[in-house]
Amino acid sequence: MIPLAFDYVRVDSTEAALDALVEHGEDAKLLAGGHSLLPLMKLRLAAPSVLIDVGRLDELSYVRDGGDHVAIGALTCHHDLETNDLLADQAPLLRHAAGQVGDPQVRHCGTIGGSIAHGDPASDLPAVLLACRATVVARGPGGERTIAADDFFTGFLETALEPTELLTEIRVPKMAGAAWSFQKFNRRAQDWAIVGVALVRNGSAGIGLVNMGPRPLRATAAEAALDAGATAAEVAAVAADATEPTDDLNATADYRRHLAQVLVRRAAQAAGA
Amino acid sequence: MTVVGTRMVRKEDPELLTGESRFVDDLVIPGARWLAMVRSPHAHARIGSIDASEALAMPGVEAVLTGPDLRDAWVAPMPCAWPVTDDMGNPEHFPVALDKACYVGDIVAVVVADSRYHAADGVDGVVVDYEPLDVVVDLEDSLTDRVVIHDALGTNRSYTWELIPDPEAVDQAFASAVHVVKERYLQQRLIPAAMEPRGVAVVPQPHGGEFTLWSATQIPHVLKVMLTATAGVPEHKLRVVAPAVGGGFGSKLNVYAEELITLAVARQLRVPARWTEERGENAHATIQGRGQIQDIELAADADGKVTAVRVHLLADMGAYLQLVAPGIPLLGAFLYHGLYDVPAYSFTCTSVFTNKTPTDAYRGAGRPEATYAIERAMDALARTMGIGPDEVRRRNFIPTEAFPYNSAGGLVFDSGDYAPNLAKALDLVRWDERKAEQARRREAGDPVQLGLGISTYVEMCGLAPSRVLASLKYGAGGWEAAQVRVLPTGTVQVVTGATPHGQGHETTWSMLVADKLGVDTDDIEVLHSDTAISPIGMDTYGSRSLAVGGTAIVMAADQVVDKARTIAAHQLEVAEEDLDFAGGLFTVAGSPDKELSIQALAFEAFTAHDLPDGMEPNLHASVSWDPPNFVFPFGSHIAVVEIDTDTGHVELVDYVAVDDCGNQVNPLIVEGQIHGGIAQGVAQALFEEAVYDEDGILKNPTLMDYLVPSTMELPSFTLDHTTTPSPTNPMGAKGIGEAGTIASTPAVMNAVVDALSPYGITDIDMPATPERVWQAIQAAGDGSSNGGTP
Repeated sequence: MIPLAFDYVRVDSTEAALDALVEHGEDAKLLAGGHSLLPLMKLRLAAPSVLIDVGRLDELSYVRDGGDHVAIGALTCHHDLETNDLLADQAPLLRHAAGQVGDPQVRHCGTIGGSIAHGDPASDLPAVLLACRATVVARGPGGERTIAADDFFTGFLETALEPTELLTEIRVPKMAGAAWSFQKFNRRAQDWAIVGVALVRNGSAGIGLVNMGPRPLRATAAEAALDAGATAAEVAAVAADATEPTDDLNATADYRRHLAQVLVRRAAQAAGA
Repeated sequence: MTVVGTRMVRKEDPELLTGESRFVDDLVIPGARWLAMVRSPHAHARIGSIDASEALAMPGVEAVLTGPDLRDAWVAPMPCAWPVTDDMGNPEHFPVALDKACYVGDIVAVVVADSRYHAADGVDGVVVDYEPLDVVVDLEDSLTDRVVIHDALGTNRSYTWELIPDPEAVDQAFASAVHVVKERYLQQRLIPAAMEPRGVAVVPQPHGGEFTLWSATQIPHVLKVMLTATAGVPEHKLRVVAPAVGGGFGSKLNVYAEELITLAVARQLRVPARWTEERGENAHATIQGRGQIQDIELAADADGKVTAVRVHLLADMGAYLQLVAPGIPLLGAFLYHGLYDVPAYSFTCTSVFTNKTPTDAYRGAGRPEATYAIERAMDALARTMGIGPDEVRRRNFIPTEAFPYNSAGGLVFDSGDYAPNLAKALDLVRWDERKAEQARRREAGDPVQLGLGISTYVEMCGLAPSRVLASLKYGAGGWEAAQVRVLPTGTVQVVTGATPHGQGHETTWSMLVADKLGVDTDDIEVLHSDTAISPIGMDTYGSRSLAVGGTAIVMAADQVVDKARTIAAHQLEVAEEDLDFAGGLFTVAGSPDKELSIQALAFEAFTAHDLPDGMEPNLHASVSWDPPNFVFPFGSHIAVVEIDTDTGHVELVDYVAVDDCGNQVNPLIVEGQIHGGIAQGVAQALFEEAVYDEDGILKNPTLMDYLVPSTMELPSFTLDHTTTPSPTNPMGAKGIGEAGTIASTPAVMNAVVDALSPYGITDIDMPATPERVWQAIQAAGDGSSNGGTP
């Protein structure tokens, strides 16, 4: 639990963060809540030479009405999401899922941007963003761009972010009145999901899967079945299609596929299928 | 007004909760060098050359010491204090491996640096040339000697120990049995995972020759003796201190390589030295618990009365024998017939070495294993006969009138009253109502099935009568020491040889002495855990502190009162028998002007101006007490589980515990012990297992992967008690520190099996993970359920 030596830079503005990223290059890592990065460093599985601490950029901690979407600053902590009134009305799935992350201490430190940018398939919020058809906003030296959630998660702990880009905002389409469900299966409340399912019927169906492959996934066959009016059991039957779950101490791949089916069935039932 | 029996809030908590308490890692020791251990990544490997040149060139690294470098630091190998048989195989091993590493985590070299970070970095700079060898992980594989770990022994078998008082009676009982139950249970390895990892700090005084060693240990007194025996430092030059210690559960009841290494470095380099364990080291290099294959057979007559119990254990010692490891299975040897009146008994245990972390005492130490086997087997007997698990127990309980009860294993159970205790638990859990609900769910094919599991237990604790320990070849006694001093100004010091690490001793001892002396608990200070302050003691383990250490304190307090009475009688010029003592005041009936307080008498004893002829000054008393017997607490625990047959998830939804630990000094502390104990036993049933692969690699050494349950996974427990005083000590008290762990594992697993019995499932390996349960349901797959269909 003793990390390798590293340099530490704290920045007080988004611009300063971008400058620091350019200055320190690929050896730098952004530090937000630290709940994914610091354990890796303490186990010496990650060894960035510079940490750029963006944790105090209050300008990136907000939940705002963006018209057709809710705009969420990347450094908004999970606790602020799970207690937010605008999300209760317009994105209750995200609000609920944020309340399922880790434990209260984790939710007061961990941020939505940190969770998304880490790209961990076992995290809850990436699957929620996939289900909701969210977009993320990234800023780099060349300016700002938006990236669809579908295009954001590119591989295991890999995202579409460039090394010099900072994730600044998450935009979740408003879904007032839409049916939704979040199903998280784990052995201890504080743990990552063994398998999780985020489902929403906001016009068309969106189903995001947690921990069913090297990156956060959508269950596209199940979404199509749900849109076509299939029963919950029929939706569930194709829920694990095109997934690539792994074996680990908590579950074999076969058991994960089974769990995905059970959880999608339950989510679909909860959402009226 | 008495305080014993009240729910007094713990005196030690404000210090602990505010961070005022100092643990080993909190100590500020100017100039201390930090140690970091180079540990073998191989479970079994010959050690070739060790190249430390890169490490020695790193900032702050002062030395790298190998096994051969430190060989002369030890006068004896690592100690094992419990040679259970004359021919026990005990491989010689030293704190730093000399030529071979025998488990992942075995220490191969020691880095000494000026800071903890530099020491940790230095480990990466030590290049060790390992020659990996074949690995033995499985216990039955070990028994074949396919790979012999310790060449000098020529076998992996350490010992076979037997307790078969009457072999013919056992054979006859099985020959004439109407029902026979034959079961095999696996006790997985557990990582104790105390909240505070281990830590050691040593400050030498090179010119005086003294050493002060702080360790996160349960046993400073035993450790001091063992350090002298192993490191050769004269005992009178050693001071061992256990400062605030954050839990142990048996894992700090040991003599560890790091303690000896830190002492050796401080001695050789003549500088203070320290080491704090990392969590990953805690998983690999602190002892693990359990690790047994249990074969148990019951013979029963037509009425389900058990006539014989026959048990064979295969126990995993790990790579080497730690301090009391060989004796751990034997602490259960006398309890495989549980609290049942069984006339014929046979117990054997064979222990073997494997290329894994050494095992040793873990909360309950032998008794949880015994209770698990007999309680699971009693349920199996009930299923065989088609009677209820409550009924089979009632038919077999040792009858209340049989106490003191001479057990088939040769113990004398001090007191017990089992049937009313079980009745209370059944009532509290609403047994009949819940069985009806279970039947309804089964009938309806409910995907969420209900299971109820009973565990009735007895355990032996209050370790231990020294002569009994001698008969078991244990290397020390089982007494405890205490001193009670009333200081000149009337406040009180209590010195105990027991060593608390979370138990609330300061509170409990204060309560005992407050009532005896008639003083306020705030006027009593309890001193402990420092061999310069409390020079003798046998420390804390085996639910012994109250039954043994508390008795010594009570007896010392009685002696103080007796001495004060003699002084009072002398000064008031009355006969001792005319004095009444209550509330700290000696009074004379009919003479209201004649009274003396114990505080005043302490001052009289201090000035010694007017004491009876020949009396020693000062109001002190010291007692070392050796208990005449163990104490035998018992109880009934009932678990209620729901199993989601779609996923295999087991939810513990209700838990009732009715314990009987005799008279309770502080029910709040008793309940705290039971709560934590239950949680730890539930953890074995449903969550925890040290998982090794075929190469002997521990797959889950972090608290992310080793699943210690939290309050979120546990229901609110329903606790109650019965009170059957022990005749073994004057308080009538029995131990309660391990009972929750002993009882709860089989209660939960019996409930899991009960829920799954419609599938024909009779056993699930622990922990009953969702996937294991789901797989068992799939394997049962007779279509009678809706399990597995999404």
